[in-house]
Amino acid sequence: MIMAAPSKIDILKHELVPKHEILTAAEKKELLEKVNATEKQLPKILDSDPVIKKIEAKPGDVIKITRKSQTAGETVYYRIVAEKTKHH
Amino acid sequence: MTVPPLIKREFKEYAEKHRLSPQEQEKLMAIVEAVYQKSTYDPEEPVGVVSAQSLSEPATQMTMRTYHFAGTAGIQVTLGLPRMIEIFDARKEPRTPTMTIHIDKEHQSIEQVKKIAEQIKEVKLKDIVVSNVIDLTDMWIKCRLDSAKVKEFDIDAASLPKKIKLRGAEASYEGGNLTLKSKNLDIRALYKMKYALLETHIKGIKGVSQVVVTKEEDEWVINTLGSNLKQVFEIEGVDYARSFCNNMFEMYEVLGIEAGRTAIINQAQYTMEEQGLGVDVRYIMLLADLMTVDGEIKAIGRYGISGQKASVLVRASFEETKKHLVAASVRGEKDQLKGAIENIILNQLAPIGTGAFDLVGRIPEGFVAEEEEETTGKKASKTPSGEKSKAAKEKKHKKVKAAKPKKEAKKSKKSRK
Repeated sequence: MIMAAPSKIDILKHELVPKHEILTAAEKKELLEKVNATEKQLPKILDSDPVIKKIEAKPGDVIKITRKSQTAGETVYYRIVAEKTKHH
Repeated sequence: MTVPPLIKREFKEYAEKHRLSPQEQEKLMAIVEAVYQKSTYDPEEPVGVVSAQSLSEPATQMTMRTYHFAGTAGIQVTLGLPRMIEIFDARKEPRTPTMTIHIDKEHQSIEQVKKIAEQIKEVKLKDIVVSNVIDLTDMWIKCRLDSAKVKEFDIDAASLPKKIKLRGAEASYEGGNLTLKSKNLDIRALYKMKYALLETHIKGIKGVSQVVVTKEEDEWVINTLGSNLKQVFEIEGVDYARSFCNNMFEMYEVLGIEAGRTAIINQAQYTMEEQGLGVDVRYIMLLADLMTVDGEIKAIGRYGISGQKASVLVRASFEETKKHLVAASVRGEKDQLKGAIENIILNQLAPIGTGAFDLVGRIPEGFVAEEEEETTGKKASKTPSGEKSKAAKEKKHKKVKAAKPKKEAKKSKKSRK
């Protein structure tokens, strides 16, 4: 089998990919308290997502996404990493 | 509540332009903040309904005005209502997939851009063949190659037989002729083989049938019909960080859910604006957020969000009423009646607007309920019931507090519905 050459591209540098950061356990707890929500209520991001693979986040991690917004300049959004297999 | 960064930036520019003093700035900022606060939605306001109206009213204008294709950069692209349906139905493959490829600074000369374009455009065998002959007695197909085209596309003709992988046949090349010999003696199979042979991929990126090079604001841009982002990103000279395609599923697979979301917003906004319809992006954003909450792109309609809602009544009221009711009764489903639609159906107070909140009162200090006193004797009850009411008060106070963060969580809560 021929192995594909390592890709020169870094998708994190693409202008349509916002900044993704993994929250620490303490930050995660603080966030859930602040927005008064459970893990289940957070929007999801699948562990098969190319960005998640790249930043090596694990299921259960909360990702802080700093989006560029046309209307607000910058907005912060949170997604929790979910396993694709468990997901219907 | 603080104002968003964009308003802050604009405010700063304005203040500098008009040379406002710090005091004036502070005064003005207070007004800006008050206006901003007023313009935000109230907690539990049904933003989804407002979005639906704001998007569908212009969409009706679309239906009347256009149902045809319009060209951009020489490529025919689906626009207008058909494109809108494509986006919100989350079709895996758009009718006209296109890519917009930007070139990096080092490759901005026309020759280099043309070279990149050549690498992208797909060349099939039929593009470089002048004529083809089938010999039914000896079972072979002979193709005469167009030497000018072979040169133009920069193809090594001698290596062509290696690219042809058809079962039960052997290809060879000699002096401008490509011969395919079939080992099988079935005539119909030979005819089929001829079509397969002519469709053989020789060069470029599969599926890219048209490539147009244009100049946009002092830089060269390549527009294509047909898309394959992954392969294009690897080509030397392509500025992958700014290149994109109009297929949000491809964007999602290559760049992740957030890029997929942005692609939905950009495509929908572009389609609306191209038709001369102004829709506030916020509505499109809400819809895009809703389509991507679960980490993958879901359609709006019956096979997507509307068909997967938790409440039976809501699903039944949308489309396929009988199917949902029958399936729900077979499964013994329960409806929690938590949403707006199901409560409207049942003529009950719907949890939207003020209907979403319970009335909470503050118990005055030292208040003791009369009935409690009567049943439990005066002296004994004083301390415990006093504590009790205090605890109850605190509890209720917490409830008021708990209701407040809803405002921040408003967007996410709405999108779940």
